[in-house]
Amino acid sequence: MTAPWAAGEDPKVYPIARSGDLVHIRQAIRALAQQSRLSLVDQTKMITAASELARNTLIYGGGGKVTAGLVSANGRRGVAAVFEDSGPGIPDVDQAMTDGWTSGGGLGLGLSGARRLVDDFRLDTAPGEGTTVSITKWAR
Amino acid sequence: MAKRDNAADLVGLLSVEGQDLAAAWVREVSASLGSRVGTAELDRELRELYDALVDALQQGATDVHAEQMSEVRALLTELSRNRARQGFSPTETAISVFALKRVLEPVLQEGSGDETRAYLELGRVLDGLGLFTIESYSQTRDEIITAQAEQLLELSTPVVRLWDGVIAVPLVGTLDSARTQVVMEKLLQALVDTGSEQAIIDITGVPAVDTQVAQHLLKTIVAARLMGAECTVSGISPQIAQTIVALGIEFDDIITKASLADALKLALRRSGVDLVAHEGVQR
Ligand SMILES: Nc1ncnc2c1ncn2[C@@H]1O[C@H](COP(=O)(O)OP(=O)(O)OP(=O)(O)O)[C@@H](O)[C@H]1O
Ligand SMILES: [Mg+2]
Repeated sequence: MTAPWAAGEDPKVYPIARSGDLVHIRQAIRALAQQSRLSLVDQTKMITAASELARNTLIYGGGGKVTAGLVSANGRRGVAAVFEDSGPGIPDVDQAMTDGWTSGGGLGLGLSGARRLVDDFRLDTAPGEGTTVSITKWAR
Repeated sequence: MAKRDNAADLVGLLSVEGQDLAAAWVREVSASLGSRVGTAELDRELRELYDALVDALQQGATDVHAEQMSEVRALLTELSRNRARQGFSPTETAISVFALKRVLEPVLQEGSGDETRAYLELGRVLDGLGLFTIESYSQTRDEIITAQAEQLLELSTPVVRLWDGVIAVPLVGTLDSARTQVVMEKLLQALVDTGSEQAIIDITGVPAVDTQVAQHLLKTIVAARLMGAECTVSGISPQIAQTIVALGIEFDDIITKASLADALKLALRRSGVDLVAHEGVQR
C-alpha cells in the first residue's frame, strides 16, 4: 500500500473464487469511487482496472481476495484496492507488463493497461510466492 | 428382539389412545406459519406425513435414510419443494418437522423411563428428517436460481430487426463469457435468418469495457465478417472511449458510432437506402 486507509472507514475484503465474484467487486469499486467523488471517467478507469486485476487473480493466481476501501493523504481522497493470490507468481515481470504479451489466450493488456488506468500501481510477485497488486486512483 | 420392542416404543409414542397428535401437530405448525399455507392443505400434508411416519417406524425404520422411509422422504421432498417455491425460509420449512417434537414433549414429564428413551430416539429420527427437508429445500432453491439465471441470459440479449437487412443487439449490463457466447450465437443466427448484411451492437447499457469484453466484441465482429456481414459498435460513452484508449485496446478497423441512431443511418446508407427529409419539415 502506498497510502493509508482513510480513518474511520475500514476497507472490506472480497473473495475472488469464481467469475460471479467479479461482478460484486466491480460494484463495490464503483460505490467507493462515487463516494470519493472521482469523475465519471476516473470511476470507469478504476472499475476497469479492478476488473482486469481481479480476473488475473482468478485465472492465473487460482483465486484469492481483494481488499478495497477509501484512502486519504495530504487532504486528498481516493480509492485503493489490493489484489492478492498465492498462485504461481510471475517469473518475468517485464515480460508480463509488456503490451500484448499473454501466457493464456487474452489480449495481454490487462496488467499493462491497468497500470495506465490508475495513479499508483505496485506489483509484488516472486515465482512460487503468489502475486499482490495494489492500485490507487485519486480524486482530482 | 430389542429392535422390535424399540419400534413398538416409537410407534407407541405417536399413537396415544384418545389423543389426536396429528391434529396437535397441524395446530403447532399452523401457528408458526400464519395464514400463508391453507389449514386444509396443511392438515392433508401433515396427516399424510404422520401416517407414513408411523408406517415406517412400524416396519422398523431407525433413521431418515432407511429403506422403509422412502414414502416419508417423498412426502418431505414435496413439502420442501412447495415451501421453497412459495418463498418460505428454510426455518419455516423445517419447523413442519421439528414441531412434532414439541407436540410429544409432555411425555418427558409424565412418561416412564422407557418412554423418555423412546422420545430421545424418535427425536434423533425427527432431527434427521428436519435436516432432510432443508437439503431438499436448498436443492429446489438452487434449481430455481439456475433457471432464473438462464432466463436472464435469454432475456437480456434480444436481437431486433431495425430495417430490412439491418439487425441490432442492445447489450445491457455485464458481459461475461457465458452471456457473450449467447449474444454471439444469436447475432450470427439472426444474420442468417433475416438475410441481413448489417449488424449493430449497441453498448450504451454496458458500464465498463475491459479486455475480456473487448475480446468478445472483436471475436463476434470477425465472425460476422466471415459471414459477409458488417458490424458497427454504437453507444460508446466518452468515459468508455477514454478507458479503451488507456487500456491499449485497438478498435482500429472496427466501425464505431456514438449513438444507435448514427449507426442505423450508416447501416441504411450502406444497404442502399436513402433517407430524405421532406421539404417544409423542420429537422
Ligand atoms: N496474478 C497472476 N499470477 C500469475 N501470473 C499472472 C498474474 N497476473 C498476470 N499474470 C501473467 O501475466 C500475463 C499478462 O497479464 P495480462 O492481464 O496483461 O494479460 P492476459 O490476462 O493474458 O490478457 P488480458 O488482456 O485479457 O488481460 C498473463 O498472461 C499471465 O501469464
Ligand atoms: Mg488479464
